[in-house]
Amino acid sequence: MTNDNRYHWKHKDLLDVNRLSLSDVRHLLDIAAGFQEINLRPVKKVPTLKGKTVVLFFVENSTRTKTSFDVAGKRLSADTYSLGKTGSSLNKGESLKDTGLTLQAMGPDVVVIRHPSSGAAEFLAERLSCAVVNAGDGWHAHPTQALLDALTLRQAWNNEFEGKTLLILGDIAHSRVARSNVHLLNMLGVRVRLCAPRTLLPAGVDHWQAEVYDDLAAAARDVDAVMTLRLQLERQQAGLLPDLSEYSRRYCLTSRHLALARPGAGVLHPGPLNRGLEISDEVADGPQSLVLNQVASGVSTRMAVLYLLATRNDGGLSA
Amino acid sequence: MTFCLKNARHLDAPVDVFVRDGRIVTMTPAGHQEIPAGCSVVDAAGLLLMPSFTDAHAHLREPGFEYKEDIGSGLEAAARGGFGAVMCMANTRPVNDNAGVTRAMLDRARETHPHGPRLRPIAAATVGLRGEEMAPLGELRDAGCVAVSNDGRPMPGTELLRRVMEYAADLRLTFIDHCEDATLAPGWVMNEGVVSGELGVKGQPPVGEAMQVARDVMLAEYLGLPVHIAHVSCALAVDVLRWGKARGVQVTAETCPHYLWLDDTALYGYNTAAKVSPPLRTAADREALRRAVKDGTIDILATDHAPHAPHEKERPLDEAPCGFTGLDLAVALTWELVRDGVIDEADMHRLWGSAPARIFNLPFNNFEPGDPADFFLFDPAEDWIASRETMYSKNVNTPFLGRTLHGRVKHHWIGGVQLF
Repeated sequence: MTNDNRYHWKHKDLLDVNRLSLSDVRHLLDIAAGFQEINLRPVKKVPTLKGKTVVLFFVENSTRTKTSFDVAGKRLSADTYSLGKTGSSLNKGESLKDTGLTLQAMGPDVVVIRHPSSGAAEFLAERLSCAVVNAGDGWHAHPTQALLDALTLRQAWNNEFEGKTLLILGDIAHSRVARSNVHLLNMLGVRVRLCAPRTLLPAGVDHWQAEVYDDLAAAARDVDAVMTLRLQLERQQAGLLPDLSEYSRRYCLTSRHLALARPGAGVLHPGPLNRGLEISDEVADGPQSLVLNQVASGVSTRMAVLYLLATRNDGGLSA
Repeated sequence: MTFCLKNARHLDAPVDVFVRDGRIVTMTPAGHQEIPAGCSVVDAAGLLLMPSFTDAHAHLREPGFEYKEDIGSGLEAAARGGFGAVMCMANTRPVNDNAGVTRAMLDRARETHPHGPRLRPIAAATVGLRGEEMAPLGELRDAGCVAVSNDGRPMPGTELLRRVMEYAADLRLTFIDHCEDATLAPGWVMNEGVVSGELGVKGQPPVGEAMQVARDVMLAEYLGLPVHIAHVSCALAVDVLRWGKARGVQVTAETCPHYLWLDDTALYGYNTAAKVSPPLRTAADREALRRAVKDGTIDILATDHAPHAPHEKERPLDEAPCGFTGLDLAVALTWELVRDGVIDEADMHRLWGSAPARIFNLPFNNFEPGDPADFFLFDPAEDWIASRETMYSKNVNTPFLGRTLHGRVKHHWIGGVQLF
């Protein structure tokens, strides 16, 4: 599917987008776009990963991402197994290393990990010989989210990233979604803006490849898409915000802001939505919302990731 | 005469040293004085002679955490590393907040290392290091403690800090303060900056440390009493110290070799071996600290030797404990600074030797007649690699693991007795 016949996926793991080359990303998005067709069939299953095992190791709560990986694996006929913090030995004080080695001894082809510690996926990948997919580590990275966002935008923008501008709005400091998206969109040629109160901006943000705004109206002007982030309610309790209604007055994305953007600018949100807090109902449910496209792209993107990693050593099989 | 050390190089001059009954008889230019009959001779040609150093800040973990380190293994690492005295912090279990614990520590040291290195316990400032009530400092001093500190638990309020400084001063004990504003960035993992933002972990800004140093300097000036600042890590704290010293405040300070060699880029890859408190700062901080040890704004070096077991460090970065082992490598890492021209050999003797002895009123070998015969020979030509095999601490949680060092402690005498 890729134009370059010599292209070869060489990564054992998917830990963050900044380890991927532009060719890797394009190849992966091409494969994901190809898998989208399967998801529209009456029978949504192909035998591609029959006999492969995928473990979903989610130490931090997640319904959406875990289900998305589960569906992706099953549509490719992989066997998927779930392991969470409750019900695992991590609750009994077992270290991440030991849990990881125990999982590996069961012979999975891919371990998908979500963990509250930044760096946890890399920690596991260094110790396991099977493929590791980072499904979100602390505030650090969420590569499949960034890739599915890129796939969503690619379709919304008719395959054209160059010269586009995207605004990421909300809690950048504590967001793995923001970090991975800033890397990936820059790689694809998109100009990135960030908008948040200073208390929700990361240290060193002036070194990031992004323009920083504190005023939403100014930030939204002439952008080609807006990505709003979920505000974790504990940020207010930690003293980073005065109260939630003030946050929504200053940073909730409404149709008034969207009117300042380019006509037809898309709206993304990684979910779950806090309606009325970071995104208004009219925007979330409006014609420019790409939120459900993201969910569909998520399944295809994760199918592509599982496919590339699980067949890496199978020698030359093409999608 | 019991013995003579011949042809050693001491601060660039060849010397002979005569030792009797554990004390220096005299140090003379090499060959100046005839060696009496019956005096045994050690030929030290090609080796550097240095006074045994004092580490003013170490965690030897006994009692309570012997899986990390014990007094025997810690003192062995000290001896091999060039230290003749080790001041050990009070964060043991039980805490060193009463004479019973101090005496048990000293008994243990006499058992494992009867000829030294000398153990010099630091008294807990408050009972259980809880920061609530003052520990019995008089009793602790009488048992053998040489300084007072609340170790890594910053004093929660300025009132109690003031009273500890005053009470300790009556006992001629210097208060050592770990300067950290615990209310700023609770739950921090590393220095706050570009790297923490990129890695997505909670950062601690250096200003918290500098603000506490400023508080201590002002309090020491107001009270007219001494205070010693532990492990200075940032440029701003150096500026505050320089200001305080210019005002004549009795403030002294230490930093550690790792702050002179590393910065927060060592944390890339979520490297738990580089997690320490205070955290590694930036390259600019490192350069400011290098200037401060040279010009005396920072008075001494200390290791902050803090062993941890492998299973404790082999975790995600935010879960791993802070701390590096230091006794094995500190002197060799300092010698690297001499090789690079950051400091000279006399600075090295001052920073690890005469200055800590002066600050904490400890005996020290200036190679004057009657001084304790505590010294070691250092081979500047030996290259070696920091590894499990070459280090003596029970653990090797150091970010310098695998580094090639140029120069090594070869022989060590304490009280005239050769340890190796």
